[in-house]
Amino acid sequence: MAKTMETSQSQTERQTNGTGSNEKNIVYKTKELNLWYGDNQALKNINLEIIENEVTAIIGPSGCGKSTYIKTLNRMIELIPGVRTAGEISYRGRNILDKSYEVEELRTKVGMVFQKPNPFPKSIYENVVYGPRIHGIRDKKILNEIAEKSLRGAAIWDEVKDRLNQNAYGLSGGQQQRLCIARCLAIEPDVILMDEPTSALDPISTLKVEELMQELKKSYSIIIVTHNMQQAARISDKTAFFLNGEVVEFTKTTKMFSKPDDQRTEDYITGRFG
Amino acid sequence: MKYIDDRKVISTMKPRMARNMIFRSLFLLATLFGLLVLGILLYRILSQGLGYLDLQFLQSLPSRRPEQAGVYTALIGSVWLMAVVAPISLFLGVGTAIYLEEYASKNVITTFIQINISNLAGVPSIVFGLLGLTVFVRALFLGTSVLAAGLTMSLLVLPVIIVASREAIRAVPKELREASYGLGATKWQTIIRIVLPAAIPGILTGAILALSRAIGETAPLVVLGLPLFVAFLPKTVFDIFTVLPMQIYNWTSRPQEEFHALAAAGIIVLLSLLILLNTIAVFIRNKYQKRY
Ligand SMILES: Nc1ncnc2c1ncn2[C@@H]1O[C@H](COP(=O)(O)OP(=O)(O)OP(=O)(O)O)[C@@H](O)[C@H]1O
Ligand SMILES: [Mg+2]
Repeated sequence: MAKTMETSQSQTERQTNGTGSNEKNIVYKTKELNLWYGDNQALKNINLEIIENEVTAIIGPSGCGKSTYIKTLNRMIELIPGVRTAGEISYRGRNILDKSYEVEELRTKVGMVFQKPNPFPKSIYENVVYGPRIHGIRDKKILNEIAEKSLRGAAIWDEVKDRLNQNAYGLSGGQQQRLCIARCLAIEPDVILMDEPTSALDPISTLKVEELMQELKKSYSIIIVTHNMQQAARISDKTAFFLNGEVVEFTKTTKMFSKPDDQRTEDYITGRFG
Repeated sequence: MKYIDDRKVISTMKPRMARNMIFRSLFLLATLFGLLVLGILLYRILSQGLGYLDLQFLQSLPSRRPEQAGVYTALIGSVWLMAVVAPISLFLGVGTAIYLEEYASKNVITTFIQINISNLAGVPSIVFGLLGLTVFVRALFLGTSVLAAGLTMSLLVLPVIIVASREAIRAVPKELREASYGLGATKWQTIIRIVLPAAIPGILTGAILALSRAIGETAPLVVLGLPLFVAFLPKTVFDIFTVLPMQIYNWTSRPQEEFHALAAAGIIVLLSLLILLNTIAVFIRNKYQKRY
């Protein structure tokens, strides 16, 4: 166990040096993060750095703590009673686990797309402008502009532009998910967290969302949890492999899927377990 | 070897179908029983009271002479009572439900409060009457005013509203809350923009049940000492007044046959008021009802 920790740490360091990242383009820096659900420890000594305008994929078998970790990044985890954390996650240089960091402020910078599309039972338009509205924008013209820009950004504008006032529940699952991405873009976030965003979608919708991510990473940093190895390989720049609440390996995706350092990583991605 | 023998299945088919029929008829009978009683009730009331129900009945003050008596003061009194009970009980009830569901941490104290609210729903209404008499009528010197009766009735229906509102709030999918929090909304913004609109149909169902009960309750008002005979309208919430069920109760306790017919007419008015109330609620509910 202690040895694993060491390797993963040294890997992180090597990684950091290898890509030539500096403090400026580091979005998230997780240091020695531990997390418990009651007495059950779900995350153990996590050390990870997320770099600007990259897609970081998180893979690992079911129950290894991927969702837990990604939900910690926007403190959504606090909604679950009995959760305790130790360690530090600094977002743009400030520790978000510090209680003086207002979650509402954090979540304006860090958008989230959930596993199941979860539009509000409102019109398509109202869904997109929900975020801007709660942050105080009332001007109809500005709201319209945001709505169009976000829907275009999520590659769904052409499909919905003639039915903006219809209920979002009338959209297909794939359209709903892209609407949720648009809703997330509307708050003009810095980072987008995605927890298995395509697991409820058909292959064509999945492809559309994947293409979208390639487009989005030019302006946003994306962290995505996925069970789909091909997806991780296709879309991400870096990949973190989680196992039993620990980071086994965190490195460039190309390296991860060609010659991983750790035997367990290789076993997992070649489908020998998990 | 097969465990299920086809021949046996066929041979037992008849008795199984027969048993199915028996229970079907039994439950149909149970339903018909309720409908029958309701029908008889309505027939009796309509046949007895319809003849007395006219504009004059609605516009007349109570009187010792049946042909001149009307429900005007009682009808307006009931409307006054509703005007006090609806806002107070809704505000307190929905507020409590929101606090318990959204803000309060789940611990021993909130569980204790929960259990007691459910218990309160089962307390006989006459006990609430005694409470109102002690607190509002006597200690707070409100007398038998609209306000005293309104507060008493609000307390009486509060548990029903709280329980119904909590269920409605709890039924709002947590994914919707997460989506809202995820966009940086505060708890209050999430409650007012997402949770309440989705919960309103359920809350209204509870509110209507509660208000229907408040409009028909007599016992607590008798305990409060509401006068049986009021010949003028209340001008403020501090004036004395009477309500439809009190008036009906008054008429049914008279020996003369005419007064019983008047009571029936009064019941028709009361039922119409109830239907009106329900119709309004159905309208609001349909306006908000969206699937999620
Ligand atoms: N609300 C909770 N209460 C208690 N334990 C939880 C809770 N949520 C998750 N856990 C535990 O934490 C561990 C990590 O769960 P998590 O949901 O992060 O896994 P995951 O990697 O996202 O799995 P999956 O791929 O199935 O989504 C699991 O052992 C799980 O049982
Ligand atoms: Mg998960």
